[in-house]
Amino acid sequence: MLQFQLWKKLLVVVVAVLGIIFALPNLIGGDDGAGADFLPGKQINLGLDLQGGSHLLLRVDVDAVKQERLENIGETLRRDFRAEKIRFSGLAVANETVSLQIRNPEDAAKTQQIFTDLGNEYTVSNDGLTYRLAFNEAGLAAMQTRTVEQSIEIIRRRLDPEGTKEPVIQRQGLDRILVQLPGVDDPEAVKRLLGRTAKLTFQLVDMRISATEAIQRGRTPPGSVLMQSASDDGRSYVIEKRVMVSGEMLDGATATFDQNNRPAVSFTLNAAGARRFGKVTGENIGRPFAIILDGKVVSAPTIQSQIFGSGQITGDFSVAETNELALVLRAGALPAPLIILEERSIGPGLGADSIAAGEIAAVIGIILVAIYMVASYGFFGGLAVGALTVNIILIVAALSALQATLTLPGIAGIVLTMGMAVDANVLVFERIREELSKGRSAIAAIDSGYQRAISTIIDSNLTTLFAALFLYIFGSGPIKGFAVTLGIGIATSMFTAVMVTRLFIVFWVERKRPTRLVL
Amino acid sequence: MRLKLVPENTSINFLKFYRLAFILSSLLVAGSIGLFAIIGLNLGIDFKGGILIEARHNTGPANISGLRGDLESLGLGDISLQGFGTETDILIRIQRQDGDEKAQIAAIQLVGNTLGSDYDIRRTEFVGPTVGAELAEKGILAVVCALLAIMVYIWFRFEWQFSIAAILALTHDVLSTIGLFALTNFEFNLATVAAILTIAGYSINDTVVVFDRVRENLRRYKSYSLGDILNKSLNETLSRTVMTSVTTLLALTAIVIFGGAVLRDFAIAMIWGVLIGTYSSVFVAVGLLSRFDIKRGDDDDDNGVEKPEYERT
Repeated sequence: MLQFQLWKKLLVVVVAVLGIIFALPNLIGGDDGAGADFLPGKQINLGLDLQGGSHLLLRVDVDAVKQERLENIGETLRRDFRAEKIRFSGLAVANETVSLQIRNPEDAAKTQQIFTDLGNEYTVSNDGLTYRLAFNEAGLAAMQTRTVEQSIEIIRRRLDPEGTKEPVIQRQGLDRILVQLPGVDDPEAVKRLLGRTAKLTFQLVDMRISATEAIQRGRTPPGSVLMQSASDDGRSYVIEKRVMVSGEMLDGATATFDQNNRPAVSFTLNAAGARRFGKVTGENIGRPFAIILDGKVVSAPTIQSQIFGSGQITGDFSVAETNELALVLRAGALPAPLIILEERSIGPGLGADSIAAGEIAAVIGIILVAIYMVASYGFFGGLAVGALTVNIILIVAALSALQATLTLPGIAGIVLTMGMAVDANVLVFERIREELSKGRSAIAAIDSGYQRAISTIIDSNLTTLFAALFLYIFGSGPIKGFAVTLGIGIATSMFTAVMVTRLFIVFWVERKRPTRLVL
Repeated sequence: MRLKLVPENTSINFLKFYRLAFILSSLLVAGSIGLFAIIGLNLGIDFKGGILIEARHNTGPANISGLRGDLESLGLGDISLQGFGTETDILIRIQRQDGDEKAQIAAIQLVGNTLGSDYDIRRTEFVGPTVGAELAEKGILAVVCALLAIMVYIWFRFEWQFSIAAILALTHDVLSTIGLFALTNFEFNLATVAAILTIAGYSINDTVVVFDRVRENLRRYKSYSLGDILNKSLNETLSRTVMTSVTTLLALTAIVIFGGAVLRDFAIAMIWGVLIGTYSSVFVAVGLLSRFDIKRGDDDDDNGVEKPEYERT
């Protein structure tokens, strides 16, 4: 006798109801899910290729930080050795190593102490009077982690200053950062925001020599360097190396206009910065004071009077540029330059078009499959189409409940699953047909058809599931989305074919008690 | 009246075509490898790195030939420009620029300026060389791992001969799909890898259904020759094979026609996969099985006819 235990019937009903509850927000909610707040689930999470947005894979140039850190340590050592009155020579940073020689062997103990005080992130070796310092493995890893995490924080502040856009900013591997920013109109602006470290410094211009002379002589006075102008005027400046005030002392920055109504950025300094700024400007009235951004001179106005807490950066800016500059200055400097390894930016128009095309393809796909099923199996085909509808509801519900990301290939995965979902029903129906042609009664044929088809259904679906699994493991972005929908589709189509269609059939058999079956 | 693409109770001697199919498949695989070696694949930026820009003309049809001249004069190296889906849409591909990532970003900006305000940029993709190499590596790994997992599963569920036959049939499908891409010069990208894996999944699904029936018939009809059993199993499952292929093809056709330009290549590859997968399940997998000496399930029962499950206790 055809049996279908009560618990199985209940299971089907419970799953179907849950499916409808979780799928419903997608249907009745607005674009942002409003109006469906009384339901537990959320709407499907659309991938960037459907809602539009920017996907960026960045590499943090840790080597640049490493070099900078070692140079800082070199300066620290120079100061400490002088303070301890240890005589030394040959202080140099090369090949990721700081090296120096001390003059007197009796300073060895003190020297060792200075190196020890630097912390445990370095290895120090000495060969007679020559000392060498480099990052050890743990120190390097810690530095890397620190740099990447700081970068993530700065990126977040630059891309999402109001905290409303919900960007994904994740560390990937050792030195990479994945940024996924939904709803971007101008991906170039995003890249401009990330494309500079925004290291701001104020340094005095060296008046002992003009830039032209320095270029002619091919060298600058000690303690000074030659720097290019940030604008295209081709000017150069001789700048004192000593940083008077730096961007870390900024309290705020806003886009504004100068007295000539040209776009400018005004800034305010924190207390410490204001004190330093006041001291430097007070002592150097009449000298040009360079404002340097990422190693280039933005402007070098002459100090007219002592200035304290605030000032203005003027230069060759457009309004958009001052807005961006103010934003990156507020967010702070990146600890290291970012290198864009991969970019995928989709405009919102394309995303909307893709959703529309995907929806049309899905609806027409279902209709075609439904017509074919009913033409081939009649009433039973209709039952299978009913199960297919449940299947689609379950896929949508599962995607919503798991908050998996639906991508454009994911829509293809759903449409493909529809074609394949009926396969399990086809297997069962063909079996029933065979059993019928052997002269079995309707009920015996249905029962035996299900019994025999199940192992085939499991075998064939599990093998497809393997393909989906490896797509998920090795895939990235949209492909992962495809694997998720394919996997979910396989699971739900097995459930609907084995349980839901069967429940329909059992229900029908119990009511009609057919003795003859045409299939 | 029911629609039946396959008449009931067919008795086609599929194995009669084994030799022909063997020659055909050998040619197909050899040809695919040859095409791959000689012509090679039209690798997308996913794997070789580079820039892809999709743009739409604001007001009317895109002026492709005019733009081509403008873009080529930028000196960005190998640039390809083609219509994409509709006459207002264009797809621009630019080779990886010499120099570091900044050079790539600059090239994107240059193209954006050249397109000017007449065009909306709808999509920008840039893949650097390191990432491209990693994606290629992962793609190959995904295909190989999936094939191995499938092989182990079939071995576990059936006999080793089934597993060998299935994996050879699958390799046949994968190689001939790659051959198709080499021949047609369709772009080979990450979506293609996904299509190949789905083809593998579909094809093995088909093969397993037939194998399941073979296993069942091997136990049931001990007096039949292997060839008869294989033919009988194929005939018994033929109706289902055709039915499932047609439903899947219907769904895929809907994607090709209505799913938009981005999914079209993917769906075309899948259609090829459904056709080749169905062919290989019938002629390659089962054909190979006929060459093996397969253990007949002696351990099962002894009266030659297995009782249907519902009659057992």
